[in-house]
Amino acid sequence: MLKRLRSRLANGGWKWGIFSILMLLILISPVPAFSAPPADRHIKINASSFEYDPGVIRVNPGDRVTLELSSTDVTHGIAIDGYNLQVTAEPGQNQSLTFVADQQGTYRLRCSVTCGALHPFMIGKLHVGPNTLLLKSILIATLGLAVMIWTGTRQ
Amino acid sequence: MSRLELTRIPGIKTALRSRWPQLVLRVIALAGFALAIVAGISGTPVGSRNFAIVFVWIGWWALLMLVAVPLFGRGWCSICPIPMPGEWLQQGSLLKPQGKGLGLGWRWPNKLRNIWLQNGAFVLVALFSTVILTSPLTSALVLAAFLVVAVAASLVFERRAFCRYLCPVGGFIGLYSQVAPLELRVKDSSVCAAHTEKTCYQGSAEGYGCPWQVFPPGLVKNTYCGTCMECLRTCPHDNLTINLRPFGADLEKPSGRKLDEAFKAFIMLGSAMIYSAVMLGPWGFLKNAAYNIGSLQWLVYAAAFLTFIFLALPGLFYAAVALGQALSSNNAQVVRVRQRRPFSTHRQAFIAFAYSLVPLGLAAWIAFSLSFVLANLSYLWPVISDPLGWGWDLLRTAQAPWTPYLSGVTPILQAGVLLVGLLWAARTALRTPAAPGARPVEPRQQVIQALPVILFCSAVSFGLLGLLVA
Repeated sequence: MLKRLRSRLANGGWKWGIFSILMLLILISPVPAFSAPPADRHIKINASSFEYDPGVIRVNPGDRVTLELSSTDVTHGIAIDGYNLQVTAEPGQNQSLTFVADQQGTYRLRCSVTCGALHPFMIGKLHVGPNTLLLKSILIATLGLAVMIWTGTRQ
Repeated sequence: MSRLELTRIPGIKTALRSRWPQLVLRVIALAGFALAIVAGISGTPVGSRNFAIVFVWIGWWALLMLVAVPLFGRGWCSICPIPMPGEWLQQGSLLKPQGKGLGLGWRWPNKLRNIWLQNGAFVLVALFSTVILTSPLTSALVLAAFLVVAVAASLVFERRAFCRYLCPVGGFIGLYSQVAPLELRVKDSSVCAAHTEKTCYQGSAEGYGCPWQVFPPGLVKNTYCGTCMECLRTCPHDNLTINLRPFGADLEKPSGRKLDEAFKAFIMLGSAMIYSAVMLGPWGFLKNAAYNIGSLQWLVYAAAFLTFIFLALPGLFYAAVALGQALSSNNAQVVRVRQRRPFSTHRQAFIAFAYSLVPLGLAAWIAFSLSFVLANLSYLWPVISDPLGWGWDLLRTAQAPWTPYLSGVTPILQAGVLLVGLLWAARTALRTPAAPGARPVEPRQQVIQALPVILFCSAVSFGLLGLLVA
């Protein structure tokens, strides 16, 4: 067992060890504090023809967000992934949903009422602060590739 | 590489050689398939309430892409109900060979012994997929068409011509089955060499000759083995086995690399990217363009789709491969290494390196499916109670509310899957073997020729991360 471990380390396994440690550090590293102070945000969203307008919403962590949903064709809804919140609005009857954006990241908005053929694909996005998952993923991928290439050149 | 013969484990070989477990699973699948067609034709037109849509495109798709293909390769093909009616007619029997079946028994034309027809069939379905995935009637008609074509193929051609050469689903299952940790192989090829009857291919009283038109002793990769287990039943020397092996073992073999399979990798990867933008993106105009078949927007969408998968992706990849070849040749000259080039043409290198896209494409499909399936899986419960959408409540789940599952962690899972796919693709590119007969290149040269391919894979992965996670 020890022999095998020693041979793996000699064959470049230590590089993957360093990669694993760095990957762990990247994963657990705290997200830099967002400087903008929390604010009240009132955002009007119109839903029609399997699309939200605007389709992408950006708020800061800690913002108190009010989504005012209107619909111009049939009854639509908004369910926010990760927040477990939803609201529905019939045509001509706007409805609001207020919440504190306390979870950083990117979340999908999905229509919560069967609204027609493309209902399962009626999707919007809510960005709360910067997307650290994306940044961390790219960083880890780049590190992993670097180690792989480094190991490959010295086989 | 190490292998574990699973058929040595008591009970497994008996279960695999017996026809009954497989038959029971296939009959259940056939019943589900028939219900999907009936529900699609006579049930509610609301997709999220109809068995045809929910059970096939959410339930079955989840099972296929998240479990069956990555872990069992062509496991689904071994219980797929689509070829059953045609096969029963062709063989004249439900179980062992006994009677005389129907059909002309023609050989499949030599010129079509490839997967180009499967590639075309998949692209055809993909172009109309937004409608197929959402309209129960269209979905049912497509499923029924699969059945009709499969029966016709069984009655005209020998063996399972539909599965091997026509099925649009089987094409990509075969490609991605190279990743799976299971394989069907011979134990000792010298036993096969001495066995003149070749019952695994010709058939015997115990079973049929390989329905997939594969010569089992020559199996080196999973792509065309449908794991139907007939060869396990017909081999009198007990020389076939199911092995547990490392993931992706087929991707490091130099033989059997072909242009049709390479293009299948591009078609699948490109489709996953386009679907991620159309179905999971916030752009309504894209969804409507993909849905309104025959409109000007749809024509533009279809043209863009075809251009992307047949020209843009392969073109960029070809450029990356050519660059890698040029750089590695220059490097070999600089260090005065006299050796033959690993590939005699860019085309050969293009085909060889395209197999790096197999793990990347599978990861892209898993990441896409995770979001689509987990968000919509809860539609299954009402549909189980009310498959036709007629107001039944058979299991008291008809009123179960729509609930997206694991929505908070889905992006993390998707990012993890895409990262694994990228690193695996890079590893495959770095280990791409030289063409059969060519001398292997030096590690440094191998890295240099793979670098542009790795950059290509990185760009695709980061693009997918942007579409699915950002």
